[in-house]
Amino acid sequence: MLNTDTSIARTKIAIKNLNFYYGKFKALKDINLDIPEGRVTAFIGPSGCGKSTLLRVLNRMFELYPEQRAEGQILLDGENLLNSKDDVALLRAKVGMVFQKPTPFPMSIYDNVAFGVKLFENLSANDMEERVEWALRKSALWTEVKDKLQQSGSSLSGGQQQRLCIARGIAIKPEVLLLDEPCSALDPISTAKVEELIVELKADYTVVIVTHNMQQAARCSDYTAYMYLGDLIEFGDTKQMFFKPKRKETEDYITGRFG
Amino acid sequence: MMSAEMKQMRAAKFAQRNRLNYVATVLALSAMAFGLFWLFWILIETVRLGIGGLSYATLTEMTPPPNEEGGLANAIYGSALMVGLATLVGTPIGVMAGIYLAEFDRTGWLANVTRFVNDILLSAPSIVIGLFIYAIAVNPLKTFSAAAGVLALALIVIPVVIRTTENMLQLVPAGLREAAYALGAPKWKVILSITLKAARAGVITGVLLAVARIAGETAPLLFTALSNQFWTSSLGQPMASLPVTIFKFAMSPYENWQKLAWAGVFLITLAVLGLNIVARVLTRQKT
Repeated sequence: MLNTDTSIARTKIAIKNLNFYYGKFKALKDINLDIPEGRVTAFIGPSGCGKSTLLRVLNRMFELYPEQRAEGQILLDGENLLNSKDDVALLRAKVGMVFQKPTPFPMSIYDNVAFGVKLFENLSANDMEERVEWALRKSALWTEVKDKLQQSGSSLSGGQQQRLCIARGIAIKPEVLLLDEPCSALDPISTAKVEELIVELKADYTVVIVTHNMQQAARCSDYTAYMYLGDLIEFGDTKQMFFKPKRKETEDYITGRFG
Repeated sequence: MMSAEMKQMRAAKFAQRNRLNYVATVLALSAMAFGLFWLFWILIETVRLGIGGLSYATLTEMTPPPNEEGGLANAIYGSALMVGLATLVGTPIGVMAGIYLAEFDRTGWLANVTRFVNDILLSAPSIVIGLFIYAIAVNPLKTFSAAAGVLALALIVIPVVIRTTENMLQLVPAGLREAAYALGAPKWKVILSITLKAARAGVITGVLLAVARIAGETAPLLFTALSNQFWTSSLGQPMASLPVTIFKFAMSPYENWQKLAWAGVFLITLAVLGLNIVARVLTRQKT
């Protein structure tokens, strides 16, 4: 059986017997996985293995598309979010997400960060300014944009836009941050900045990152899940997984002998 | 090394390709020259004859009886009023229907039926719309009225705006929508603050093009607002408009009427040109 021993940290999200369908196609097969709190967990695997799909179940993003369906349980702090009666917006305020491509909203840098906050909180102008500055500092963007907060978000470079999206995500103070290949559209310098950021973020958040980049998973995650064709093949401590994977398939993929 | 035979074959092939390229370029250029020739002729004639009839009185005085001095003030006012009101009526309906098609129901049967009907409306001859309003609004009330004209023009605006709004919203990347939903934004907020905002320039362009289209429509007004020799701002009465006045004046044997018709043509052309330029500038800013 899979080693899902993450006893050091408390479990933030427990995925139990999760199956996922795109129409008739079964994209996730009986996934069981405990995501520890305050750690970075990476999902790796070849294209089409279901790692992004799994991520998009965690904030119920898939529900935007009527032909997509999830079965099973996902316990966030012990409560199943899949059959929750609460508005999905409340879940998404707790479980934020950053996407592969930077997606600045068509508004100023300041409004980009304030957009989500305004949805859930009535802050005074002063408090809002503080919050925006806090989020931008946290995402290592403040010094670059502090003099042009009223400029359009799309005027920034790709790497800056992605950090703006991270700032936007953390401004609403979520508990979990989902990152879907956040660096795949970025140059190496921006990637390094975002990776540093990810490591810093885990002090306050539970971070789940999907990545195609093996080194990235090795550099910035504490735990790694290797997936293949909708199955979770191996899950465990990142160091152990990269130095001494338990399964042959994992080893082949990590060392590039896959295929 | 390439063999001599192969080299020769390549050279021949290349020469043939160049000849074909040359022929295609000449054909395309002459087609463009043919089109532009007529277009510029129309524009030059419009400006030449239009400026001749244009004076301060054109903008300030009423349409005159034959062989008397006058202007187009009531027709300009009538056109502006009816086009303006028709846009005010048609835009919200068109934008909201476009939002429905792009954001709420992309593939359902209601959306498909709406799209089909809208396409028919879009390509319906405007005289059909004029007659339709005549049958349902003018005939029963036994009077031509500006309100009926507004209605007919609005019916032309709506399908244009529906189509452009839907197309522009569909161009908004799905990632932008998802990013807004991922922050916990409700659907109405996502549409109003994100997708509609991202598509704003395109939607406004669609409205401007619809305005440009109805500014020159004659047929729908002939059967509805008809015309009026005098100034009126009552929607219940017949109202003059530039296209109908041009139609009436240009067909007449009176020289002063013909001059005013050309002045009217010039004014409409100028307005449509202006609207198109604004629309262009707006779309360029977006990309």
